[in-house]
Amino acid sequence: MSSCSVNSQKSDRQIYMDYQSTTPCDPRVVEKMLPYFTEIFGNPHSISHVHGWAAEQAVENSRAQIATLIGADPRDIIFTSGATEANNLAIKGVAEFHKGQKNHIITCMTEHKCVLDSCRYLEKHGFDVTYLPVDKNGLISLDTLATSITDQTMLVSIMAVNNEIGVIQPIKEIGKICRERGVYFHTDAAQALGKIPLNVDEMNIDLMSLSAHKVYGPKGIGALYVRRKPRIRLNPLIHGGGQERGMRSGTLPTPLCVGFGEACRIAGAEMEEEATRLKTLQEKLYSVITSRISDVYLNGDLEKRIPGNMNLSFAYVEGEGLMGDLTGLSLSSGSACTSASLEPSYVLRAIGVSEDLAHTSLRFGIGRFTTEEEIDYTIERVIGAVERLRAMSPLYEMAKEGIDINTIEWDTH
Amino acid sequence: MKYSEKVIDHFQNPRNVGSLDKTETNVGTGLVGAPSCGDVMKLQIKVNNEGIIEDAKFKTFGCKSAIASSSLATEWIKGKTLDEAKQVKNVDIAKYLALPPVKIHCSVLAEDAIKTAIEDLEKKSKQKTAELA
Repeated sequence: MSSCSVNSQKSDRQIYMDYQSTTPCDPRVVEKMLPYFTEIFGNPHSISHVHGWAAEQAVENSRAQIATLIGADPRDIIFTSGATEANNLAIKGVAEFHKGQKNHIITCMTEHKCVLDSCRYLEKHGFDVTYLPVDKNGLISLDTLATSITDQTMLVSIMAVNNEIGVIQPIKEIGKICRERGVYFHTDAAQALGKIPLNVDEMNIDLMSLSAHKVYGPKGIGALYVRRKPRIRLNPLIHGGGQERGMRSGTLPTPLCVGFGEACRIAGAEMEEEATRLKTLQEKLYSVITSRISDVYLNGDLEKRIPGNMNLSFAYVEGEGLMGDLTGLSLSSGSACTSASLEPSYVLRAIGVSEDLAHTSLRFGIGRFTTEEEIDYTIERVIGAVERLRAMSPLYEMAKEGIDINTIEWDTH
Repeated sequence: MKYSEKVIDHFQNPRNVGSLDKTETNVGTGLVGAPSCGDVMKLQIKVNNEGIIEDAKFKTFGCKSAIASSSLATEWIKGKTLDEAKQVKNVDIAKYLALPPVKIHCSVLAEDAIKTAIEDLEKKSKQKTAELA
């Protein structure tokens, strides 16, 4: 068997390394949720009987738990089906309420698709949108933000933590600028909640999107924080019985709300310890890999990042091929081959990663249940895979011969 | 994406990975694709005095399908004449590997690589003939 054949290592289970995509429910969360499926199953809006009151109590408890984690009042929390819906509601809801008064929105090129797509929708309906660029570390420039604000600007929407590269935007500073200029500040905090401290008053946040399934809660529930003092007004996307202060009609899914609340409670209690543990594991992953193989690049700021999200480019090796050699690990890649659109990651392109390097990236997402043993296994598998694929790579061969790949005239179809 | 067993086999056990000396007059080199597209194939052939491809090597930067397509290509052209090798079509590669529609371009690139390597060889032999004249 040639040296390029796979050393087929059997692994008993699939190791999960994609915590940004979703997280498993913490068993404590599931335990809290269960009674609400079959025992305390009433409609939380049925205010005339015990079944309803019991469910309502549970929902209101959860609301308080979520609010506590972000320094808000429970009345500021509007439950939604997730952060995607929350982002849609924040952006479209605020825009449509203020239509005719102001029509400019500022966001950022590296936002999640649901934010970008909501903005594109608004552009087709008479709104102007500015998409701020980011520097090579993935961060926006506060000066550029400040100069982009006009008397027509009603909303700035910048995510707290980026899902692809894990960088933390200067939220407090952005909030300060927006408050000074009288512009609403919305932040998509789906990847930030429970990972870094958030406080809506200290950070001058007016609207914030939250997601349960990114913080060891159930899928299918999220929330939008909507400031009441001063009162933020928005048009609902979903009309009906007027639940959630008229902003989001529909019967609340009690077990999911309970799960979200419990996930927030746990995250608040364990955040610091968990962050320290994950930082140690991530540093091991990064330092060992980079000490054993050359030409590995970290995408995004080294310091201003959450522990647990590490996006690396492995030069000369294509991402999908690399993932193909990492059976036994569940990871994601910025390669075109792994995206539905066949284009490489727009986030990596926005931070200036060249197209060829964007094709070589892997995102390592670790979390609460990642063990050091899994990190050690991952390190060995990744090194083995990169070495095998580089032995097969004409680009690696050229680089070793001292040829600068950028000087070659490639035959692009 | 579900891959056929043949793609997985060629990806895990690629045939003929390596390099030949591109300066030799009986070696043809085909370098196709682009790093910005995520697909680059280098395919080389060595031809003996009878005009038979006695050795073929490849190196590929690309996904499983790209690696499999180029590995298969080297396997198929070994032992053939240059004219026979020119007959290898991407549709045959795609069919054999059962490539899904979104990966057909990998087989096209492999066919391209073969043809480019043959062209390189033919150019070299024309030059050699011109020098001798």
